[in-house]
Amino acid sequence: MNDTHGFTLTRRGALVGGAAAASAGALPAEAQTLTKESPTPTVPVAFTVNGKRRELDLDPRVTLLDALREHLHLIGSKKGCDHGQCGACTVMVDGKRINSCLTLAVMHDGDAITTIEGLGTPDKLHPMQAAFVRHDGYQCGYCTPGQIMASVAMLQEIKDGVPSYVSADLTAKPRVDGQEVRERMSGNICRCAAYSNIVAAIGDVAGEDLA
Amino acid sequence: MKAFTYERATSPAAAAAAAAKPGAKFIAGGTNLLDLMKLQVETPTHLVDVNRLGLDTIEASGDGGLRIGALVRNTALAADPRVRRDYGVLSRALLSGASGQLRNKATTAGNLLQRTRCPYFYDTNQPCNKRKPGSGCAAIGGYSRALAVIGTSADCIATHPSDMAVAMRALDATVETVDASGKSRAIPIADFHRLPGNTPWIETALQPGEMITSVTLPRPVGGTHIYRKVRDRASYAFATISVAAVLRPDQGTPRFAFGGLAHKPWRVEAAETQRDAKGIAAAALAGATPTAQNAYKIPLVERTLASVLAEGAAA
Repeated sequence: MNDTHGFTLTRRGALVGGAAAASAGALPAEAQTLTKESPTPTVPVAFTVNGKRRELDLDPRVTLLDALREHLHLIGSKKGCDHGQCGACTVMVDGKRINSCLTLAVMHDGDAITTIEGLGTPDKLHPMQAAFVRHDGYQCGYCTPGQIMASVAMLQEIKDGVPSYVSADLTAKPRVDGQEVRERMSGNICRCAAYSNIVAAIGDVAGEDLA
Repeated sequence: MKAFTYERATSPAAAAAAAAKPGAKFIAGGTNLLDLMKLQVETPTHLVDVNRLGLDTIEASGDGGLRIGALVRNTALAADPRVRRDYGVLSRALLSGASGQLRNKATTAGNLLQRTRCPYFYDTNQPCNKRKPGSGCAAIGGYSRALAVIGTSADCIATHPSDMAVAMRALDATVETVDASGKSRAIPIADFHRLPGNTPWIETALQPGEMITSVTLPRPVGGTHIYRKVRDRASYAFATISVAAVLRPDQGTPRFAFGGLAHKPWRVEAAETQRDAKGIAAAALAGATPTAQNAYKIPLVERTLASVLAEGAAA
């Protein structure tokens, strides 16, 4: 794995890299090989991430989240609980939001994955990203990539007519209102509790006042 | 996670043959299995990925009902126009479970095969007959507020966590399977999940390697469909108790199935001839053996039923 492509060295990276280099020098050659070996046969997998084809050869235990962060260095998707409870790892697979921590990367051969990096850039924000900035829809920011990915996919689900537990009429076209948005965003936790501003940002994009 | 080998199955029968080997498991959505593998509650040595087998369509069945492919995701099933129109209790039950992200991944078959959320099953430092046969049950005499009140045994008081399965029980669904030899069979949902008895680690009627291919719903029964889930927070939480109700069906008595009470979706057909919440609850819960911590579920069933009946009368 090439650890440096497209990356500027961070202080943490320099510390970790420095420690690894120091200990590598002290280890016999076999031990170095051993630490790199996977105990199980690796599995080839190819998918597109943000429109770009990526091919990896992975230990089957690698989750989609770890493949994105540790192998492809797309560190926008966050690891919060690693058990599907917090939503910080939310990405879209073929346009649908999922918890990338609860799926294996090798299960996604041929899939199209979108991460927060593929949604917008600092120069050209996605409207949801701009709305989160405008409404202060975060404090520490750790849950924000997951909140934004979930928000964009959630509005599409409403557009596609997917009902929710709070939809009064199951057969009617669902509406964008505060109750619907809160119910549909319950898989994303914000420990700073910026919820009211997150709902306001989503309402801004949907053209509804959800305050 | 413990190391495992991985294969992508090419047909349901081939998948069944591969999964029949000791240590092997199917993986579909993975939302429950991978959670448990990270905790080393589940430690398969081989995973058989069934996601590419098709089995992801909802089709009309021969007798006027629906055949739901095993791999139909929970969101897709809940949003299907035929399910919303004719089987509203199923749509509502699905939508009451988990989160938007999880419902997009979780499958119909995987939902039926969910493991219990008993805290002692999850904690590998604790005895649990379901996780480690013969080790004992820490839930009995332990923290049991969320656990079963009926159909329990001296070995296990776990509940089945599914909402979907409770609605399917009220609708008399049938689980269709295939085994390694390619032989298929149909299991009524009432017989699919088992009570714990003295083998709580055996949770369903499935044989090793036997794979669910679809779930069928009989022709629509009409009536007013309600799924009422009582939980500790308004969204994204398991049921303390739940009621799946079909009121005023075209034929026969109303139907009531309950979640959060037992090791399987709980339905007592004989209780459905009772005319009020008190009578239905008393008949459905006859023989209940709650703990001091979960005895609240008994009156809660009656009160939730009363609320469901009132909602149904107003509909």
